[in-house]
Amino acid sequence: MENGMVTRSDIPLRVITSSPEAILKAKKRLRLSFRQIRRENIFNKTLMIMGLVMIILVVGILLTLIVQSMPSIKALGLKYIWGRTWNPVEDIYGAWPFLLGTLLTSFLALTISIPFSIAVAIFLGEYHATGWIPNFLKNAVELIAAVPSVIYGFWGLAVLVPMVRTFEGHVGVSPMGVGIFSSSLILAIMIIPYAASLGRSMISMVPSHLKEAAYGLGATRWEVIRSVVLPYTKSGLFAGILLSLGRALGETMAVTMVIGNSSAIPKSIFAPGNTMASVIANEFTEADKPVYLSALIELGLVLFLVTVVINMIGKRVIDRFTND
Amino acid sequence: MQAKSVKYRLGKSYGFQLLTYLLAFAIVVPLLAILFYIVRAGITKINWHFLVNIPKPVGESGGGIANAIVGSIIIILVAAVIAVPIGIMAGIYLSENRKSKLAYWVRLSTDILQGVPSIVIGIIAYFWLVKPLRGFSALSGSAALAIMMLPIIVRSTEETLRLLPDSLKEAALALGMPFHRVIFKVIVPVGIGGILSGVMLSIARITGETAPLLFTAFGNPYLSVNIAKPMQSLPLLIFNYATSPYTDWLNLAWGASLILLVWVLFLNILTKLLTRKWKVQL
Repeated sequence: MENGMVTRSDIPLRVITSSPEAILKAKKRLRLSFRQIRRENIFNKTLMIMGLVMIILVVGILLTLIVQSMPSIKALGLKYIWGRTWNPVEDIYGAWPFLLGTLLTSFLALTISIPFSIAVAIFLGEYHATGWIPNFLKNAVELIAAVPSVIYGFWGLAVLVPMVRTFEGHVGVSPMGVGIFSSSLILAIMIIPYAASLGRSMISMVPSHLKEAAYGLGATRWEVIRSVVLPYTKSGLFAGILLSLGRALGETMAVTMVIGNSSAIPKSIFAPGNTMASVIANEFTEADKPVYLSALIELGLVLFLVTVVINMIGKRVIDRFTND
Repeated sequence: MQAKSVKYRLGKSYGFQLLTYLLAFAIVVPLLAILFYIVRAGITKINWHFLVNIPKPVGESGGGIANAIVGSIIIILVAAVIAVPIGIMAGIYLSENRKSKLAYWVRLSTDILQGVPSIVIGIIAYFWLVKPLRGFSALSGSAALAIMMLPIIVRSTEETLRLLPDSLKEAALALGMPFHRVIFKVIVPVGIGGILSGVMLSIARITGETAPLLFTAFGNPYLSVNIAKPMQSLPLLIFNYATSPYTDWLNLAWGASLILLVWVLFLNILTKLLTRKWKVQL
C-alpha cells in the first residue's frame, strides 16, 4: 500500500494475480470466514439445544414417572385410586385416603385464604396503589411467599398445633392438634401471595374509563368495585385462585410436619390424615418392596398430572385476559 | 326495584372498604407472629460455637450446625453452576426466536416445569442420579434444585431481553459483528440486571427447599464437602430435628431456622435492590 495506492494483492477474495503468496492469502481469508460461519451455526445450535433441554426435562419427568409406576399400575389397576386401605405390610395399596386428604386440605385452605387474598388484591389494586402503607403490605405479601415451607411447618408444630389442640378441646373433638385442620390453616397462610399478587395486577389493569363511567352514573366506590372491577377481572381472579390451588396441592414439607401422618381415611376435618405429597415424603425411603415404591411413584404421577392441568388452565386464562 | 337511599349506599360502601382493610391487614398478623417467634426462639441459640461445630449425639448438649451451613452453600453453588448457563442460553433462545414452533413448546415446558411440585422433582432426581450412581449424593440434590431454578432463570432472561430495543442488535450487526458476539458483548451486558435478578430470585426460592433433598442429598450428621456423598443442608436439618423428641436437637433446629430465615430474607432483599437499581420488572 505504498503511496496510497491499492495493489492487487490487497484484494484477496477476488484473485486476479496468480502469484502464489496472494493465492495463499486468499485461501486463508476464505477459510477464516468459513470458520466464522461454522461458529455461528454451532452457537445457534447450542442455543437451540439449551431450549430443547427444557422440553426434554418435562417429557423425561413424565416418562420416568409412568415407567416407574408401571408395576403398580399393572398389579393394581384402577382399584388403586378407589382402594380405601393403604397397608404396605399386607401389600394392600389404596390411594383414596391420600386423594381425600389432599382434596380436603387444599380446598379448606383455599376457602380460608380466598377472602384475604381478594381483600389484599382489592386494597392494593383499587383503594391504595402507592404510598408507604401499600408498600408495606406488598412487601409483607412477598415475605409470606419467601419464608421456606419447612419453617412454616416447624412454627405450625410449635405454635399452631397446641392452639388447635386447645380449640379442639373446647369444641369437643378429641384434642390431637395435628391433623387436616392444622395443615389447612398453615397452607392457607402460605398460598395467600399467589392469588393476591396476580389479583392485584389484574385489578390495576381495569381501564379507568369504565370506572369513571360508573362513578359518573353516581355509583359509590363499593358499587364500582362490585359491578365493574370484579366482573371485569373475574377470570384473572379465578386464574390466581387456580395457581394458589396448584401450590396447595403440591406443598409437601409444612403439611407433612403437621398433618399427623395417618393412612386411615380421615373421619372429620380435625382427624389426622395424609396428603399425596406427605405420604411420598414419609415413606419413599422406607419402601422396600417394588410394588410399594411403585405405588408411591404413581401418587407422584397423579400429583404431577393434576398440577400440570391446573397450572395450564390458569396460564391459559391469564394469557387470554392480558391479550384482550 | 326500590332505590336505596344515598346514605345507605354510602354507608355500605364505607363498610366494605373497612372490611377490605381489615382482611388485607389481617395477613400481616400470622407473618409477624412467625417472624417474631422464630427470632425469639432462635436468637438465644446462636453463638460462635453454634456456627462452627457439628451436631453432638443425643444426650450431649451443645453442638452446632456447621455441617448444614457448609452443605447448603455447596449444594446451592453446584445447583447454580448447573442451572445458570442452561437457563440463560435457553432464555436467549426464546427471546431470539419468538415465533418459532419450537420456541412455543419450550415456553410451554418452562411453564409446566415451574408448576411441578418439588416432591416430584425429588423422585425424578432419585431415579436419574441416585439410583444409577448407587447412593445418595449432594450432586443429585443440586441437580434437583437446578431443575427448580431453570424455569425462573429462563423466564426472567427472556422477559428482560424481550424489552431491549431491536435497534441495539441491528446496530451491532450492521457493524459486521458476528451474531454470538452481538449476544455476548451487546445484548447480555445490557440486560445483565434483569438476568442477575432472575438468578438471585431463583437462588432465594431454592434455598429453603426441603422436599427435593429428602431422597437425594439425604442429610449427614458429619461435616462433608464431597459432592458424591450424602450432605446435610439447613432445611433438611430443620426437618429432621424439628420432628425429633430431643430438646437439644429442637434447639439446634430453632437456631438453624433463624439462620435460614435471615439468609432467605437477605437474598430476597438483595434481589429487590437489584431490580430497583436496574429498573427491571420481574
